[in-house]
Amino acid sequence: MSVVLQEPGLLADAEPARSRAGLIWDIVRHSPSAAIGVFVLGVFVVLAALAPVIAPYGLHEEVGPVYGHPSWSHPLGLDDGGVDMVTLLMWGARISLVVGFAATLVSIVIGGTVGLLAGYFGKSVDTVLMRITDYFLAIPDVPLMIVVAAIWGPSLFHIIVVIGVLLWTGTARVVRAQVKSIRERVYVKRARSLGAGHVRIIVRHVLPQIAPLLIANTVLTIAVAVFDETALSFLGLGDPSRISLGKVIENAFQRTAISSGAWWAIVPPGAAVALLILACSLIGRAMEDALNPRLRVAHLSAKGFRLRPLVGRDKDAV
Amino acid sequence: MSSLLEIEELNVWFDLPRGGTLHAVQGVSFTLDRGERLGLVGESGCGKSTTVLGLLGLLPPSATISGRVLLDGVDIMAGGEETVRPHRWTDLAIVFQGAMNALNPVQTVSSQIVEALELHGLASGRAARARVGELLESVGIPRDRGERFPHEFSGGMRQRAAIAMALACNPSVLVADEPTTALDVMVQAQILELLDALCRDFGLALLLVTHDLPVVAQLCDRAAVMYAGEIVEGGPVDDLFHDPRHPYTRLLFAATPDLYGEGAPVSIPGAPPRLDRPLVGCPFHTRCDRAFARCTDERPLLKDVAAGRAAACHLNDVPAEVPV
Amino acid sequence: MSTNGLLAVEDLVVHYAVPRGLVAAAARRPQQVVRAVDGVSFTLGRGELLALVGESGCGKTTTAQTVLRLLDPVGGRISFDGQDITALPNRSLRPLRRRMQIIYQDPYESLDPRLTVRSTVEEPLLIHRAGGSKQERAELVKDALARVELTPQELFLDRYPHELSGGQRQRVAIAASIVLGPDLLVADEPVSMLDVSVRAGVLGLLDRLRQAGLGILMITHDLSTAARYADRIAVMYLGRIVEEGPAYAVIRDPQHPYTKALLSVVPRRDPRERSRPQILTGEAPDAVRIPVGCRFHPRCPRAIADCREIDPTLEPHGEGTGHRAACILAG
Repeated sequence: MSVVLQEPGLLADAEPARSRAGLIWDIVRHSPSAAIGVFVLGVFVVLAALAPVIAPYGLHEEVGPVYGHPSWSHPLGLDDGGVDMVTLLMWGARISLVVGFAATLVSIVIGGTVGLLAGYFGKSVDTVLMRITDYFLAIPDVPLMIVVAAIWGPSLFHIIVVIGVLLWTGTARVVRAQVKSIRERVYVKRARSLGAGHVRIIVRHVLPQIAPLLIANTVLTIAVAVFDETALSFLGLGDPSRISLGKVIENAFQRTAISSGAWWAIVPPGAAVALLILACSLIGRAMEDALNPRLRVAHLSAKGFRLRPLVGRDKDAV
Repeated sequence: MSSLLEIEELNVWFDLPRGGTLHAVQGVSFTLDRGERLGLVGESGCGKSTTVLGLLGLLPPSATISGRVLLDGVDIMAGGEETVRPHRWTDLAIVFQGAMNALNPVQTVSSQIVEALELHGLASGRAARARVGELLESVGIPRDRGERFPHEFSGGMRQRAAIAMALACNPSVLVADEPTTALDVMVQAQILELLDALCRDFGLALLLVTHDLPVVAQLCDRAAVMYAGEIVEGGPVDDLFHDPRHPYTRLLFAATPDLYGEGAPVSIPGAPPRLDRPLVGCPFHTRCDRAFARCTDERPLLKDVAAGRAAACHLNDVPAEVPV
Repeated sequence: MSTNGLLAVEDLVVHYAVPRGLVAAAARRPQQVVRAVDGVSFTLGRGELLALVGESGCGKTTTAQTVLRLLDPVGGRISFDGQDITALPNRSLRPLRRRMQIIYQDPYESLDPRLTVRSTVEEPLLIHRAGGSKQERAELVKDALARVELTPQELFLDRYPHELSGGQRQRVAIAASIVLGPDLLVADEPVSMLDVSVRAGVLGLLDRLRQAGLGILMITHDLSTAARYADRIAVMYLGRIVEEGPAYAVIRDPQHPYTKALLSVVPRRDPRERSRPQILTGEAPDAVRIPVGCRFHPRCPRAIADCREIDPTLEPHGEGTGHRAACILAG
């Protein structure tokens, strides 16, 4: 009796390839911390975006006494101008997030480009770009922000640019390392030997491979950008015409909230910033762990294999 | 006299990340006598490396093992890690796949072997260093070269160093997992000659795991061919080549090019079965050129077909069908 | 030597500079040079398979990459189909790349994991703006898959590399290499990472492509494979060809001591054929310090005093067989 020979045989029922979006969703699904991070960040974004619509009171509306205590109608009390704290937080989160996202965008664009060019072209391009990166890395953030804000004047736009220009170095390094390793992959060498030009290789082969790690890096950068903005505003260098969470804290400090015992003017905004940063960090770390195989440490576990008593002669029992 | 090492019904299951298990080793049994060279042959995924790592208890937490590993009649797998550990390195030593690349780059070669000796409480200080010098010379590395770092060694010499390390505690069984795979043919010959000499001079039993049939044909007395997690045929290598009793053995030899042979090698169509599902019938039947009705439904058991020879193939039950 | 010349290499020399630190440069120590390829000449015709064999460090991979101008030589001449491409600038090389292709050793890394089989095989057509309209390109892709025996093509076109076995991936890589209809294919260890049972299939495929007119330069360390599939074999040692000729002659009647030693240590399938191996001691020296005289003499079992001074060239053995060896004691 003949047997049908199929050569070459397909791997039956292989898992379908995951799309990029699917990959991210997969990571979030399997990591509880990432899921929490996504939820918290989502809440912030929604509340901030809809602030003009759903804020309980007006931003400049005086609804009670200075540093009014928390009550049922004002769960987080009032600030020094009698404005409802919950409203303030929502509006403040708006600016903090806007600056965070915008500055991150600037940083990713610059850092991504620098990293890509340095990693892909190597040699002198790499040396020059990395030296520039090193100089930027060496500059201390906050003093530079103070100087720039002092000279240039505090406006939202300036803040975004300053933060972005300081943060791109981290992205550049991460991207450069990945691009360097991808460049050595055999399929990239194959593409070059086929005669593909640089643009084609970068667009088709390099960018898709660095995208996931770049996204993880972006999320982590947002956390830092929000922090930097908060710090700047707290030091009084933020845009005076806008309320960000940092400014809320600064106002409270300047206007004797502590001596008045009005903890609700300081702790909630601070906690909000911390939560926001924590959420971004959780998401970013989970993505990094999932995407960077070298971070896996399961093999270092001290537990050994497990024993099972002999199941007799029946080999098919599992 | 009982065998030095007897493996009985070794099974290994791995937990898969998305649930389910992979039955990587399915009821493997074989024996190894003192001073014998046994080859464990098979292609990628057949379970040969997992088998030897399993019998040494070197599998990760995702693995479950069952079966008996009898060393001089005593089951060292009975208590899991607790009972295996005392015998690792002192009775059963292994040169891992790619061991030559796993040497600590910041320690001299000698000091790494000294460390092995000290950890097992066999020697320390000057006595240890003297012993290490002996070991290095027995594998063909000049004593003073041991003071160098691994990156100063060539590939072949690093492999020799890995072998020396395995022999540090005077084992009676040496397991070598693909010892020559990454090496040039001349260096491969040197290493095989070394293994041959070491077995003779120290009375070592050798368990050689490889996908390279000619290497087994040259170095080993007996061999076991593995496929889909089980042994499909075992016996003296001469019989495996001249009188195979399993179609896979025959086809595997036919697919291997020979320097002076006539005719073109023939590939085996298809691919090995998935081991995360229960198998029905013979695991090889979809690729076999002599499969018949019984092969689809009934899984053949490894049975004796002659003195010292066993095969898992239904054709052996039909006298007219032999040779396979 | 073949006359339907597709590729002719003459006295090829490729050197790498060993990077030295600032201190060495300041102290004006001489720049050390790795003489990876040190004077290699051979020809390859259409429909012919030449195997370059040797151990690691002998320069076979460097030779193959230089022939395709993926590396630049410092000396010698490379002629492709009569045209001198030794110093051709990249712009002029681009159209030639359609006609000379390479496949690599690692099938698991050769394909971009994010591209389907269809995209991978189509890419060369897009790079060179060849193949015509979308439909015509699709036809060419299907045809290439058919020629590498991945049929029915519909089963494979939309698969990703991780859904394929090693042998199938290598076939996809070959399909991508032949879709433009090249004249020359360089195969760098095409099957060494594949299971034994799969190798014969891929090598048989290369053989059929060769019969259809493709010239193949195959790099391999496996003499048994070279013996079975090559028309001619060139044995390399430390940057030079030490023996070259028809496969049958080189395997059965080796002239150079290195070839003889190599052949003697290749393990045989048949346990009864345990030859007496001539195991050379040590390993090949690195290509920075090449021995004076015959570069093989320190390890040669037959070296005589003259070998320390004379650097032999390839001399013919026998009449008109095209079998040459670089040894003063040969023939």
